[in-house]
Amino acid sequence: MAQKIYAGVTVDVNEEGYFTNPSQWTKEIALEIAKEVGIVLTDKHFAIMEFLRNRYNSGDALSVRSINHSGVIDVKTFYQLFPGAPLKKATKIAGIPKPASCV
Amino acid sequence: MEKLNPIKKVNIICSKGAIEDVYAALIMGNGAVMEGIETNIFFTFFGLDAIIKKRMDKLHTAVVGNPALRLPGGLRMPTLLGIIPGMESFTSWMMKGQMEKLDVPPVSEFFDLITAGGGKVYACKMSVDMFKMTMDDFCEHVSGIITVGEFYEHAAGEGSHIIFT
Repeated sequence: MAQKIYAGVTVDVNEEGYFTNPSQWTKEIALEIAKEVGIVLTDKHFAIMEFLRNRYNSGDALSVRSINHSGVIDVKTFYQLFPGAPLKKATKIAGIPKPASCV
Repeated sequence: MEKLNPIKKVNIICSKGAIEDVYAALIMGNGAVMEGIETNIFFTFFGLDAIIKKRMDKLHTAVVGNPALRLPGGLRMPTLLGIIPGMESFTSWMMKGQMEKLDVPPVSEFFDLITAGGGKVYACKMSVDMFKMTMDDFCEHVSGIITVGEFYEHAAGEGSHIIFT
């Protein structure tokens, strides 16, 4: 297992850089990962990441559809906040494993 | 996973209107949008049902002449059972329920997700003419009615792929 240092903290990640131990995550760490992928985080980013982390912790699958039903933001905003591959980027910055869902 | 020759664009042609055919196209298309890949989906022939407002959320699966269709438990569904009135509706309803459990949305909602992420949806001009339809028959997600030539123009570019379903 690989390790990385963010905000002075050593965290466990897989070969693609996704956290394998989500409890090691902090907001300071998120800011640094976001910088790596070229995103400046706002309150909206943190709100949807909190939704994703809660959903992950309760064992529910992460999908783009669940974002639309989150009540936090709609999918269009999600694509704007995390341009490119939003679910992958958002989960990486939110310190949770890469989603295994096809939708 | 950085790849040397990434897929930059996918162009999906959906030519059939059974629910599983339409979902195959939409899942591949939405998956591409989720990966940040430019996505065009082109509906032709019976595939047009997927973008017709009145039909898109009422698609069915074939219960006659579908040798892969099985009953719950794994037994093959006899073709003669398929002719019982209501069997097609019931099977299609069951299938939609299973899809819903996997967080696969109804067809119209799927188009919401795809277009929100920048995916483009087109209708085939020749099929539209053949079925005597107009833009008014289609859902608001459809960007336009285009010819085969225009489809290829949209599909042009390095790292672009065409998928026919």
